[in-house]
Amino acid sequence: MNQVNNFTKGFFRENPILVLMLGACPTLAVTSSAINGMGMGLATTFVLFMSNVFISMVKNFVPDKVRIPAFVVVIASFVTVVDLLMQAYTPALSKQLGIFIPLIVVNCIVLGRAEAFAAKNNVFSSMIDGLGMGLGFTMALVILGGIREMLGAGSLFGYKFIAESADGILVFILAPGAFITLGFLIAILKKLNKTS
Amino acid sequence: MAKKESTFKNMTIALFVITAVAGLALSAVYSVTKEPIAASQKAKINNAIKMVIPEFESILDTVLMPEDGKDSITVHRLLKGTENSGVAVQTYTDDGFSGRFTLMVGFLPDGSISNIEVLEHKETPGLGTKMALPAFKDQFKGVKLSDLPGEKILVKKDGGQVDAITAATISSRAFCDAVNRAHAINKKGEKQ
Repeated sequence: MNQVNNFTKGFFRENPILVLMLGACPTLAVTSSAINGMGMGLATTFVLFMSNVFISMVKNFVPDKVRIPAFVVVIASFVTVVDLLMQAYTPALSKQLGIFIPLIVVNCIVLGRAEAFAAKNNVFSSMIDGLGMGLGFTMALVILGGIREMLGAGSLFGYKFIAESADGILVFILAPGAFITLGFLIAILKKLNKTS
Repeated sequence: MAKKESTFKNMTIALFVITAVAGLALSAVYSVTKEPIAASQKAKINNAIKMVIPEFESILDTVLMPEDGKDSITVHRLLKGTENSGVAVQTYTDDGFSGRFTLMVGFLPDGSISNIEVLEHKETPGLGTKMALPAFKDQFKGVKLSDLPGEKILVKKDGGQVDAITAATISSRAFCDAVNRAHAINKKGEKQ
């Protein structure tokens, strides 16, 4: 397979959130600001990359009937590593993302790519796939978080551009705003994919 | 290399090896990150203490049990040399809009509140989170709870002194509850 194509498919054609609709739970919950979306996205990218590489390495060693438990152990280990590292070196971000880091384990994107891609392809392709999918996920989270932060809090990456005492449109920070924004983003991407 | 067949032996070996490697890797990461995690948690508490009582040299911690709460509270007694420079109480309330939140309340030696820091909370963004802003929490500055009726500070709706945050009366009430608990525990600590 063409590696460039393999890398870019995670951004538009097969974007995990906007096209494949995987991992909507953490997506909706953490994207109340752009920086949260970026932290969550990069943490997931790391896990996706490492687990894809590792799983494609051991895929011939693992018998078919036990492949899912084996994959879950691999993914859970990498998630725990990320969680511990974040608690140790970026405590502020780890406090913000809280419960959602351990939940990367059950994020369907990670297991989905392990099952659909890494278990069938070689190490290098899986590496590229993990990186592309992870960065596509991060991109979608940052866009979603950025829009919600701008409309809901009047700031972007923490820099407030409306008056200090003024409020944004509160609903965009809360859960319904996540659904509304995600709906519009999906519609826009569908339109773009159709015309191009 | 051909794919391994799903025989009992192969499955057992594969799972055993993978879990063993994962276990080893995790214990290695745990032992490396253990100290930085503990240090960053301690730094967080120390920063909060500095925010509420800026000037002190040493900290004396005591853990006390409040009469009306479920968990114990840490009282950080702050000294400058041998002189008392105030008390920082790591208090909590279970009446928040989304459950428990924790505050650091600083009391000056004369018993008045010097400052309050919000430590951890799950309040609604844009509503309850405003309790961390000066507009709300500065109302508590300089208040001496022992001079108030019943030694309790309350929101105006309950006949008290504090303007509640618009659309977040529950959070404001819980905030007062945490401050009152801090005062009670501080008084209890002084007697000992």
